[in-house]
Amino acid sequence: MEASIFQYEFIIKGILGAIFASITAGLAGTYIVSKRMVFLSGGITHASFGGIGIGYFMGINPVVGAAVFGIFSALGVEYLSVNHKIREDSAIGILWAFGMATGIIFIYLTPGYSPNLMSYLFGSILTVTNADILALGIMSVILVSYFSIFYRTILYISFDEVFARTYSSYVDVFKYITTSLIALTIVLNIRMAGVVLVLSLLTIPPNIAMIFTKTYFKIVIWSILSGFVGTFAGYAFSYSVGIPVGATIIFTLVILWVIAKCVNHIITKISYPRTGSIRL
Amino acid sequence: MALLFEMHSLSASYDANLVLQDVNLEVCENDFIGVIGPNGGGKTTLLKIILGLLKPVKGEIIFNTELLNRNAIGYLPQISTGDSYYPVTVTDIILSGLMINKGIISRMSSADKDKADMVIDELGLTGLGGSTLTELSGGQIQRVFLGRAIIADPRLLLLDEPANFVDTTFENNFYEKLKELNKRMAILMVSHDVGTISSHIKSFACVNMNLHYHQSNEITNEDLVAYGCPIQLVTHGDVPHTVLKRHK
Repeated sequence: MEASIFQYEFIIKGILGAIFASITAGLAGTYIVSKRMVFLSGGITHASFGGIGIGYFMGINPVVGAAVFGIFSALGVEYLSVNHKIREDSAIGILWAFGMATGIIFIYLTPGYSPNLMSYLFGSILTVTNADILALGIMSVILVSYFSIFYRTILYISFDEVFARTYSSYVDVFKYITTSLIALTIVLNIRMAGVVLVLSLLTIPPNIAMIFTKTYFKIVIWSILSGFVGTFAGYAFSYSVGIPVGATIIFTLVILWVIAKCVNHIITKISYPRTGSIRL
Repeated sequence: MALLFEMHSLSASYDANLVLQDVNLEVCENDFIGVIGPNGGGKTTLLKIILGLLKPVKGEIIFNTELLNRNAIGYLPQISTGDSYYPVTVTDIILSGLMINKGIISRMSSADKDKADMVIDELGLTGLGGSTLTELSGGQIQRVFLGRAIIADPRLLLLDEPANFVDTTFENNFYEKLKELNKRMAILMVSHDVGTISSHIKSFACVNMNLHYHQSNEITNEDLVAYGCPIQLVTHGDVPHTVLKRHK
């Protein structure tokens, strides 16, 4: 009896987690993939590990520490690149390693209980709490509202910032808000996929979507759908075999991507057998 | 003809580098001015001043607000500013030209979309509204960005190096199109391609920190003194000829 309630909870948690993770990752992922900000996002992810370490050391919720670190590093890199003060990729590279180093130092300095590093690096079902799911749910609502209310503004700024500046004085405000939301999305999804793997949770679904469609809005929709399939299957796989959930999610997403590539190749071959490939 | 805007002894700089010095310029309705000059001479800076992207360090730019405000300026930047791999359709790109009259929370109405379709047809892009830029040729991409610049019916059109990325077959069509647009709006066109543009413009301004305005489209070697270096001038008159002369 107890075991089945336990299982039931796990399934609900898994479904909700997969829904919210795929919505947030789909929206944020389409933005960073379209705007070629994947490396920056990697920097934000790893910098936030510093916040996790400091959170443990000071006895506060590590996710809060990670959020503070993530947002500040995102804004910092965005600010430095806007003002051309530093090479952006070098800045990200430094931030990346600095975050990881800070995290490790503070986790090892924390007296007594040493937390399970693996669960933060690769994700763990057992550490995903109801509060984490709730936070992801709230983040989903915020992101969906933000992107649907300001859709055109966000799209056009991200497509051609120089032109956007000719008609809007809010370009930097939107860039900073969007980047902060991306950073928060990444941090909240670390609980699902872990620091090392969360970036793929954002980048693989849009790349699956882009095999079949080419407009921003449709990429978002298909990212969320493929993200849900990959995340839920990965979650189930992780639960039944006892492998870190981040690894199983990314593994199933990559399998999905390969299948999508093959399907697209076959469709192209059938539709255009002579030319093999054609510019649609 | 009615004045659209004027500049009075205007200077502009990036940090400590002075790029424009004591520039005076008047632009009227239906003007078609070619802005020529060497690279780094301040041509694009001049456009940035007009667009309000850069504040002058000295002097001023005065708009005739009855005819022209910032919302009535169309702008075709050098093509490289938009990422052509970005997942956005031709129709959406052209619609972005309407953002100038909209707030940050904006929907495109069906009237807006009809307008975009009209512009698409007018620029010979019929059927390409749903395509992304990677599927278009250089000339077509340029017409998309021209569409974005004109969809809001500007009174003044600013073109930055429109001859870049264009194949010669399309180039003449492009200038024909500009000629038509010139009936509706004044055009200020930046180019380093002195030879090609001279047959299309009405007057020109030579910019190299200073600005020399010439009320004619015949560009002579004396006009090119601003370059400060030897210039090969190829003209397309009745008798095509090449003039080579060293400036003092």
